[in-house]
Amino acid sequence: MAMDHDKTNGFKVVGTRPNRPDGVDKVTGRAKFGADAYAPGMLHAAIVRSPHAHARILSIDTSKAEALSSVKAVVTRADFAEGLTGENWNILENVMAGDTALYDGHAVAAVAATTPLAARDAAKLIKVEYEPMPHVTDVDKAMAADAPIIRAGAADSSVPSGLHANVVRYHESGHGDVATGFDEADVVIEDSFKTEATHQGYIEPHACLAQLGPDGKGEVWCCTQGHFNVQKVCAALLGTDSSQLRVTASEIGGGFGGKTVVFIEPVALALSRKASRSVKLVMSRSEVFRATGPTASTSMDIKIGMTREGRITAAEGIFRLQGGAFPGAPMEFTAMCAFAPYDLNNVRQIGYDVLSNRPKQAAYRAPGSPMAAFAVESVVDELCKKLGLDPLEVRLMNASKEGTKASYGPRFDRIGLVETLEAARDHPHYSAPLAEGQGRGVSCGFWFNHGGETSVSLALSEDGTAALSVGTPDIGGSRAALGQMVAEELGIPYEKIRTTIADTATLGYNEISHGSRVTYASGLAAIKASRDAVQKLCARAAAKWGIDEEAVVWEDGYAKPSGPNAGSFEPISLAEIASTMGQTGGPIAGHFEATPEGAGVSFATHIVDAEVDDETGQTKVVRYTVVQDAGKAIHPTYVEGQFQGGAAQGIGWALNEEYIYGEDGRLQNSIFLDYRIPVASDLPMIDTVIVEVPNPGHPYGVRGVGETSICPPLAAIANAVSNAAGVRLKHLPMSPPRIREALDQQANG
Amino acid sequence: MVEVTLWSGLKSFTGGQQTVEVEAKNVGELLEALADKYPALQPTIEAGVSVAVDGKIIASSLTEPINADSEVFLLQQLKGG
Repeated sequence: MAMDHDKTNGFKVVGTRPNRPDGVDKVTGRAKFGADAYAPGMLHAAIVRSPHAHARILSIDTSKAEALSSVKAVVTRADFAEGLTGENWNILENVMAGDTALYDGHAVAAVAATTPLAARDAAKLIKVEYEPMPHVTDVDKAMAADAPIIRAGAADSSVPSGLHANVVRYHESGHGDVATGFDEADVVIEDSFKTEATHQGYIEPHACLAQLGPDGKGEVWCCTQGHFNVQKVCAALLGTDSSQLRVTASEIGGGFGGKTVVFIEPVALALSRKASRSVKLVMSRSEVFRATGPTASTSMDIKIGMTREGRITAAEGIFRLQGGAFPGAPMEFTAMCAFAPYDLNNVRQIGYDVLSNRPKQAAYRAPGSPMAAFAVESVVDELCKKLGLDPLEVRLMNASKEGTKASYGPRFDRIGLVETLEAARDHPHYSAPLAEGQGRGVSCGFWFNHGGETSVSLALSEDGTAALSVGTPDIGGSRAALGQMVAEELGIPYEKIRTTIADTATLGYNEISHGSRVTYASGLAAIKASRDAVQKLCARAAAKWGIDEEAVVWEDGYAKPSGPNAGSFEPISLAEIASTMGQTGGPIAGHFEATPEGAGVSFATHIVDAEVDDETGQTKVVRYTVVQDAGKAIHPTYVEGQFQGGAAQGIGWALNEEYIYGEDGRLQNSIFLDYRIPVASDLPMIDTVIVEVPNPGHPYGVRGVGETSICPPLAAIANAVSNAAGVRLKHLPMSPPRIREALDQQANG
Repeated sequence: MVEVTLWSGLKSFTGGQQTVEVEAKNVGELLEALADKYPALQPTIEAGVSVAVDGKIIASSLTEPINADSEVFLLQQLKGG
């Protein structure tokens, strides 16, 4: 039977809401997270971190620590591979400082001892002599002429001459003629916006257990979004072969992009190699804040022109992102996502990647896009207000659709922005009356989504059950969705399938669980592997019946003759074929390895009602509705959870969360008491509407849903708060002091 | 010949042209031909790019086919969180 066919209706398992396979493990404490790995005789590690924002490391004296009987190994930069280049060098420089500490919290040495307390005490005995250097942590100040140079020569060839050395990458894109477009507008609004760095705020700190022998063979157990990437990076940083390093991903207590990066695994491996013992390394919350990736902070200028009727004639954006002391702030995504919801003839976007003395930024759900939406959608909202136009109708009038030339270049394939806008407009929330002191905001958001290298294996058992092995850590319910897709294809109950995150020795390379790719790419692979297995099942039935393989079809878990001409035979079930597979040709397994490239972009529209206390500046979100195109929702409960999670994190980003640095360049709020993420009592019930406009690049039409949900919240909340407060808020988070300041400024003219 | 539109930040590497033409039948050949014809583009291509072919964004596969009349854009390399 043919393997390549799309299925858009008649689903039996897809679209249902079965129990999550990890539910019991997680509520009973049986699930094993990163810190739950143990090995006989294992040591515990602690990392020595820079107390300076920027300082030359003059010397490191480890003698007092090494003199302790409990200490079994100490490592510094000298214990890692030399001669690395490119991104591997950047990763190593972040994992363990070379001759300069580049931010408060930068690792400079590490120690392994027999107990966690002994390791922490020994770390205090390691004496590091620093020569403090000038520092800068603000993106605009880092671009100013008098800013200290953080890493000379770090800029790549994209940077035009004349810019400060801290500008290390440059992006410019767009089409049409914005000057002409602005001339055609009846109203042009130009404004500037800022957003502060926020942390992904995953509840589980980074943790690993590592073992590496003198022969270069080793193992790592860790919480990560991409254990194949951990394998690759660690092998490079330790100077060993990838295949000699086996990495197993634990359960993960949240990642949101922050666990796509390698921080501690190479350190634990280096200590293990030196001590000839397994080494466990678990970050404290403070270390997570100080030394793992928050998102970039931004400074943005937006200019948009609009006709009286609401048609956008031109749009221009300048996006400056600091991503810490290393290149990589996602300014190109900020620029490319900024105007994607709009069908524009004239658009131009510029991005700057700027170094500062902060930790290396990491991806955070749709990296770069939420900030862009905040700035752009704020200006669109101001234009609507000035022209007396309905904000959703204006967005509908200008909405990108199939065939629209995207602001970043190519034409869109089938997309569902218009459908999300129409669903939002028709939702009871949009027409519900507001109470005194409340304001309503709407926003659109866009994200690309991603495919990536993917390899899966599906093994049938003699009892008619199936085991699916995938290489993408489950960060959002993928084991359930993948199991459903296999059940759909094989025609056996979902409960008869177990999906496992296999280690790096088991499958071909799998890209990180990022880019909202897992349900799309691993799902596509699971479907194809199932069809591969089904083809083999049909072949066994054909052999038994003595007919051609092409004359057998697979329906509802049974091999059947394809029609009267194929002959008259009793259907054979999967369990029947599997029970004798050892005697009819050997084990049956399905495989699929590929790099799927049809991820399909996605859009969302959010509606928010907020209430602002004029006296205190405190904001309360009183109603929230998420409308998003999922392509095809495999497990709707998980899809709704992704929608709600994006909105909840967006509420924190918009209202409270920010990295606060002192004059000394040190992070001042490195614990959850001082860095306030939203808790349940801060949130309203978040309503969700799943729109399904199938993605042509997936057999069932799946689009990624994990990231797009965080694109609109900053903007939608800012529009709601600005409407409630009666003053435009241009700096996130809109914390009480910032709202009071904006109200005072308005009152004082 | 395939017509390729670059993001405008790359114009300085192609003598001011945002749209260039190269001979290519797939993404791999396209990137190779671009680097051959415009050596200043090589560091950007080596650092990683995506290619949109008729609206489909190709993040990494070099074997994706390109027709002579395909609409082709060079994009910054896509990834996610």
